Amino acid sequence: MTRLSKYTPRPKTGNGPRATTSAMIASLAPEGHPARPAPFGHALAELAHSRADIVGLTADLGNYTDLHVFAVAHPDRFYQMGMAEQVLMGAAAGLAREGFTPFATTYAVFASRRAYDFICMAIAEESLNVKIVCALPGLTTGYGPSHQATEDIAIFRGMPNLTIIDPCDATEIEQAVPAIADHPGPVYMRLLRGNVPVVLEEYGYRFELGKAKLLRDGADVLFVSSGFMTMRVLEAAKMLAADGIGAAVLHVSTIKPLDEAAILGEAGKPGRLVVVAENHSIVGGLGEAIAGLLLRAGVRPAAFRQIALPDEFLDAGALPTLHERYGLSSEAVARSVKGWL
Amino acid sequence: MANRSNVSLADRAYNIRRNALRMGQVQGQGYIAQALGIADVLAVSYFHALTYRPDDPEWEGRDRFLLSIGHYAIALYAALVEAGILPEDEIDTYGTDDSRLPMSGMAAYTPGMEITGGSLGHGLPIAIGMALGLRRKASGAFVYNLLSDGELGEGSTWEAAMAASRFGLSNLIAIVDVNDMQADGPATKVSGFEPLEDKWRAFGWQCWRVNGNDIDALVAAFDAARGSRAAQPRVVICDTRMAKGVPFLEARERNHFLRVEPEEWELALQALDAGRGA
Repeated sequence: MTRLSKYTPRPKTGNGPRATTSAMIASLAPEGHPARPAPFGHALAELAHSRADIVGLTADLGNYTDLHVFAVAHPDRFYQMGMAEQVLMGAAAGLAREGFTPFATTYAVFASRRAYDFICMAIAEESLNVKIVCALPGLTTGYGPSHQATEDIAIFRGMPNLTIIDPCDATEIEQAVPAIADHPGPVYMRLLRGNVPVVLEEYGYRFELGKAKLLRDGADVLFVSSGFMTMRVLEAAKMLAADGIGAAVLHVSTIKPLDEAAILGEAGKPGRLVVVAENHSIVGGLGEAIAGLLLRAGVRPAAFRQIALPDEFLDAGALPTLHERYGLSSEAVARSVKGWL
Repeated sequence: MANRSNVSLADRAYNIRRNALRMGQVQGQGYIAQALGIADVLAVSYFHALTYRPDDPEWEGRDRFLLSIGHYAIALYAALVEAGILPEDEIDTYGTDDSRLPMSGMAAYTPGMEITGGSLGHGLPIAIGMALGLRRKASGAFVYNLLSDGELGEGSTWEAAMAASRFGLSNLIAIVDVNDMQADGPATKVSGFEPLEDKWRAFGWQCWRVNGNDIDALVAAFDAARGSRAAQPRVVICDTRMAKGVPFLEARERNHFLRVEPEEWELALQALDAGRGA
């Protein structure tokens, strides 16, 4: 898929309804889907009542990373660092050195691209207790490549000591906050912000750092997924079931370190198409991590496919349009799988 | 306090230079000129200004001394040996396999090394977090951060300069070593950092500029920086001379990273001795 040239005229009106918003913050929740507001901010504010060591920092994005909820609840523990991501990470390192547990928030693009060296040398090299929580991971905004962190996991997977998690929904974010606070060492968490869908409650899910969880079983396809793509493959699995196709879903919210035993156990079961689905570039994310794991372990699924974003700078536009265009919608996932079977 | 004896600050500076030359001799090369240039600043830091316990480098009440410029590790090791934080016999291990004294300063390796600083522009951002953390703990300790003039080319330093004054970090003292030499040549040409006092003051800092090889001037500036009651961060800009104390090395045009012939080390030590008290 190549982007349209700026010299190609666009039709003034299209056929049918046109999505008109390419807003910075777009909702992932389908119309009518249950959702909860600012699960990260509320969970952190709640946790901070019992943990005096927790402080929050942001680089001019408190209102856009749900950290404002914490800032209102604990104003004396909130540090506004200004639009300066390098200082954000350095100051978080300094606070961690003095015994505090800083949660530092910004957008995923700014943490991964701009502040990489500061996370690497000031935080990860000494395994300091800093939690980096970043909004707009992958394709979760219509603002185009300046705000779309389609390669953040690829960038961060190479960093030693760093734990990487990619939660699916409000429930998981709420459970992950105390879990990563308890975990000694640096954590990068991809954040779904604003009105975040509630998906995993019906599966009786409990987040455990480092653990993959089988959410449903099926004989024909094994989805391995992270982040909001787990919501999409769960919906796709229901569509496939209607066509008599059995799809299992293994949710892998800890991208690093991988739950190798669970992944090898499920992928090693014979006769299933293995599909890794992620909200990330096809380069260097969960799919390639699992491909490498399977090869090293000598596990050969019947077939292996990836649902991921292309190795391109993506279009700007309305999020539902883009998810359909790049194959991340539930319908697109179901279509892809039927084509591969 | 570790300034426990009646050894003069000039003698401390001499000993730091001597320690640095002995380490340089182990490797035959290094950031020797910077170490010789900054020795007076380190002597005043460790034997006049800083509060610490040599036998307990992580004592909670200590003043933190952050070396942004990990390249200057040889200078800080020389001071840490003189301060009794590092044993003198480790000088011979400088830069060798399994040593606690790697050629670039790293916090995980060396007692008394607060941060890993080889990637420039990290010190002041970290110092801000530490100063904020000390304030949260109602600690009276100061955070010092030794930066270099070349490092002022890193934007993160100025991000931090803005943030520090907005937070009114009166427990933060930056020290800038202005020796006008960085990897590609004179820093005034490569980075173009002047006018320095105007810059720091415009960023909301209290500022002193002194001859960094004049111990009396350094003592006065450090006392003023520490004693000020202003709710502002402080900076002491120190103009130093590369390779100070060893005239034939001072005279080398390109002395950012010195390679010294084996026989020259003894000559350098002799030159240092000859200039003592001069």
